[in-house]
This record gives sequence, structure tokens and C-alpha cells, in this order.
Amino acid sequence: MLETYLVPLLKIVVLLNAVLVAVTYMVLLERKVIAWVQVRLGPMRVGPHGVLQPIADAIKLLLKEDITPARADRWVFTLAPIVSMVPALIAFAVIPFDSAITLFGYPITMYVADINVGLLYIVATTSISVYGIILAGYASNSKFPLLAGLRASAQLISYEVAITMMLVSLVVMAGTLSMVGIVRAQLEAGMWYVFVQPVAFVILFIGGLAETNRAPFDLPEAEQELTGGFHTEYSGMRFALFFLAEYANMIVVSAVATTLFLGGWLRPFPNVGALAFLDLVPGWIWFLGKTFVFLYVFIWIRATLPRYRYDQLMRLGWKVLIPLAIANLVVTGLLKVLL
Amino acid sequence: MLEAIVFYTLAVFTLGFGVLVITARNTVHSVLFLVANFLCVAVLYVALAAEFLAVIQVLVYAGGIVVLYLFVVMLVNLKAIPEAQLDPARRSRLGFAIAAALLVEVSAILVYAGQRAGPAAPAAVDTPARGNTELVGWLLYTDFLIPFELASVLLLVAMIGAILLARREA
Repeated sequence: MLETYLVPLLKIVVLLNAVLVAVTYMVLLERKVIAWVQVRLGPMRVGPHGVLQPIADAIKLLLKEDITPARADRWVFTLAPIVSMVPALIAFAVIPFDSAITLFGYPITMYVADINVGLLYIVATTSISVYGIILAGYASNSKFPLLAGLRASAQLISYEVAITMMLVSLVVMAGTLSMVGIVRAQLEAGMWYVFVQPVAFVILFIGGLAETNRAPFDLPEAEQELTGGFHTEYSGMRFALFFLAEYANMIVVSAVATTLFLGGWLRPFPNVGALAFLDLVPGWIWFLGKTFVFLYVFIWIRATLPRYRYDQLMRLGWKVLIPLAIANLVVTGLLKVLL
Repeated sequence: MLEAIVFYTLAVFTLGFGVLVITARNTVHSVLFLVANFLCVAVLYVALAAEFLAVIQVLVYAGGIVVLYLFVVMLVNLKAIPEAQLDPARRSRLGFAIAAALLVEVSAILVYAGQRAGPAAPAAVDTPARGNTELVGWLLYTDFLIPFELASVLLLVAMIGAILLARREA
């Protein structure tokens, strides 16, 4: 009873809260980093160096008036923010933060579930999250959100193909779809997969930027053309849900990239015995550190690069990334058979 | 006991969403009920310990195909119904004919299944593969190789056909 229900339930509660806190502080980090890049200070008023800013933002968003446009499709309008938030949160269920730790003399695995099809599960949840954006665009009954919704869904579907193709070559390497299994396979290979599959890593990173609607692929939110994107008509907490979903998706992509390519909870160079002292640092700290590097690069890119044009975005997805992913798969398969 | 509760609850939801798909006035709502229906079916697969099938159901049907439906529904103006489809008598006759055919088919399956002695337990497949995904892959590339390849050829033909049609108009 305790093992089957209570422990997973506690893990879910802790994980959800940790993710939501992380998401709100991601927003602060983004504002701070972009401010520093632009030689500003960023939020400074609430708390020392603005560390309490996320709490102030949350209170503001909760207290704001919740407006539903008169001609909106009321049910779908309410459903859309929920549909975009939930897949981002449930994807965390299969992400392994560490193999197992001992807490109060009781071994606890640092993941909610290690399912046979973990990687496919994550792909499936991201494919569901497209609905949030399309539905928000449709239900607002307004031109710009609809255009943004169509853009966003076309973008997500295109890049999903490239990412999924790329994941196949990774599965060929690891021989398993389980997230824990993939990290174990990297431990056995004695090498992070980023060194074995650099092309796949680049495809995942670019595709990840596009999947999360981040700069330079943030066309669905192009203010100059679309007055704010698919969530133009949303206000208050519903708008906040879209916002949080975007950051939660960033964390998911970073965590998945860490698991697949940077060895998850493994220390750097797991095959070099001379670096064994690095094992003193717990695995989950390695994991969080690597994820943080990804998140930082996401923000850095946003502050640095201008936005792509829509046709450039589609050309990159269909004519560069997908052929590259297929070629990578063929080469990986050949090498796997021949070596 | 728990399995039965889960199954019947899911069955009610699956059928309920199915009914809503065809009764909803708004086409977008109809498509959304279809997604809900697919998700319920996916949970049924999980209850049958077929995780691979469940995830593929979500990925391909709920996340892929229905998104395209939604695209079409949102881009095509559905308020103007073509004249030919306005004849309600013709439509209901056609509907009744299809429903009757389905009823005959389902009852034939039920009668046939009733005559056989209980569902045969799936024979332990003698494969080196372990786990759900590996088993599906193993079966696809051994026992069902020819249907599998035929299906791939069919998909390839459909894809090339779509490209040809699109090119001609451009």
C-alpha cells in the first residue's frame, strides 16, 4: 500500500511544486539575464536584487480581472490554457533525476515512473500540447490569435517530425526507449551520447528551440506582426498558464536533452577512473546543473539572435533538419550493424 | 474488481465521447470530443498492459491525425453546406444503411465469438525479445512482415500521390 500508492503520490507532489517554483524563477532568470545582456539591471525593487519578483508577479496575475471576450467560444477558451499546461507537467513523470538515493534509510528512486516507452511518452505529451495553442487561437474568435495559432501548430508539427526521426537514431544506439535505460546505456558505453551523436544533438537543440516557441523561432508570439500571439485575448491567470507552460516546456526539453545526450545523472567522462572524485557530488546535482546550462543557453540565444522569417523557418525544418535526421539514422544504423 | 471498475468507467467515457462526436453542433467541438475519445482508448490500452500501443495511439491519432482534422476544419468554411448534402431524407437513408451493415457485422462477430470456447490465452511467443515494444517489433518483422510491408507501400503511394496533386495545382 505504502510502496504502491503513497510514495509515488509524494514524489508527484514534490515534483510538481519544484517544477512550478523552478518555472517562476526561470522567468526571473530570463529577465535578469536579458537585462544584463542589454546592460540594464533588470528587476531590482522587490526583495534584494529582485529575488521576490516572481511572487509579486504571481499575486498580480492572480488578482487581475479574468476576461472572456464576448464572442469567444467559452468552453474551448477555458480549456486551452489547461491543455497547454498539463502535458508540460506530466512529461516530468518519466524524467530520471538520479538513479536512487537513500532517504531516512529508505531507498527512493529519483523518478516517478520508469516505463518501457518513456521516450515515446514524452514525444506523445508534446504532440498533445499543440492543442493548447491551436484551441487558444481558434476560441478567441479574433484574427491575430488565429493566425498565430496556425503558425504555431504548423511549426510544432514540422519540427516534431525532425525530432522524432532524430530520436530513432538515439534509440538505435541505446537499444531501449526507457529514459533510465538510456542513461544506463551511456554508462555502459562509458561515454555521453553527445560525443557519439553530435548531429542528433544539434537537431534536438534546434528542434527544441522551435518546439518551445523560443527565439529565434518565436514566430507565434511575433509582437510586430501579431500583436502578442495566440494568447492576445487572454488575461490574468489564464494568460499566466500559457506563459508558465512555455517555461515548463523549456525545462522539459532541457531535461530530456540532458538525459539523452549529457548522460543524465552521470558525472562527466564516466569511463575515466581518475575523475572518480567527481562522484562525491550527488547525481541529481549533476543532472540539475546540466539542465541549467541548457536553460541558460536558451535565454542567451533569445537575447542574441533576431527572429526567423516564416518561410525560412519552414525551409530549415523540412529541407534541412528532416533530411539530416534521416541521413543520421541511416549512418547510425549502418555503423551499428557493421561495428 | 479494480480492473472492472476502471474498464467500465472508461467504457462509459469512451462511448459517451463517441456519441458527443456525432451530436455536437460545432465541428471544432466534435473534433475535440474525438480527441477525448482517442485518449480514453489509449487509457484502455494501458489497462491491457499494452503501453506501446497506448503511446502510439496518443502520438499518431490524438496528436497527429486529429491536429490535421482541426486544421482543415478551421481553414475551411463549414457554415456553407453544399447543396447536394441538404437533402435530409437521402442522408438519413444512407445513415441507416451503414448503421444496419455495422449492426450485422458486430452481431456476426458476437455470435461467432460466443460459439468458440472462451478466449484462448495468448500463446507464449517464442522470441528473444522482452517487453512490450520489442515484442511488437518482433511480431511485425516476422509473422506480419508482408502485411507490414504492404501497408508501408500503401502509405508511400499515398504520400507520392499527395505530392503530385499538390504540384499540379502550383
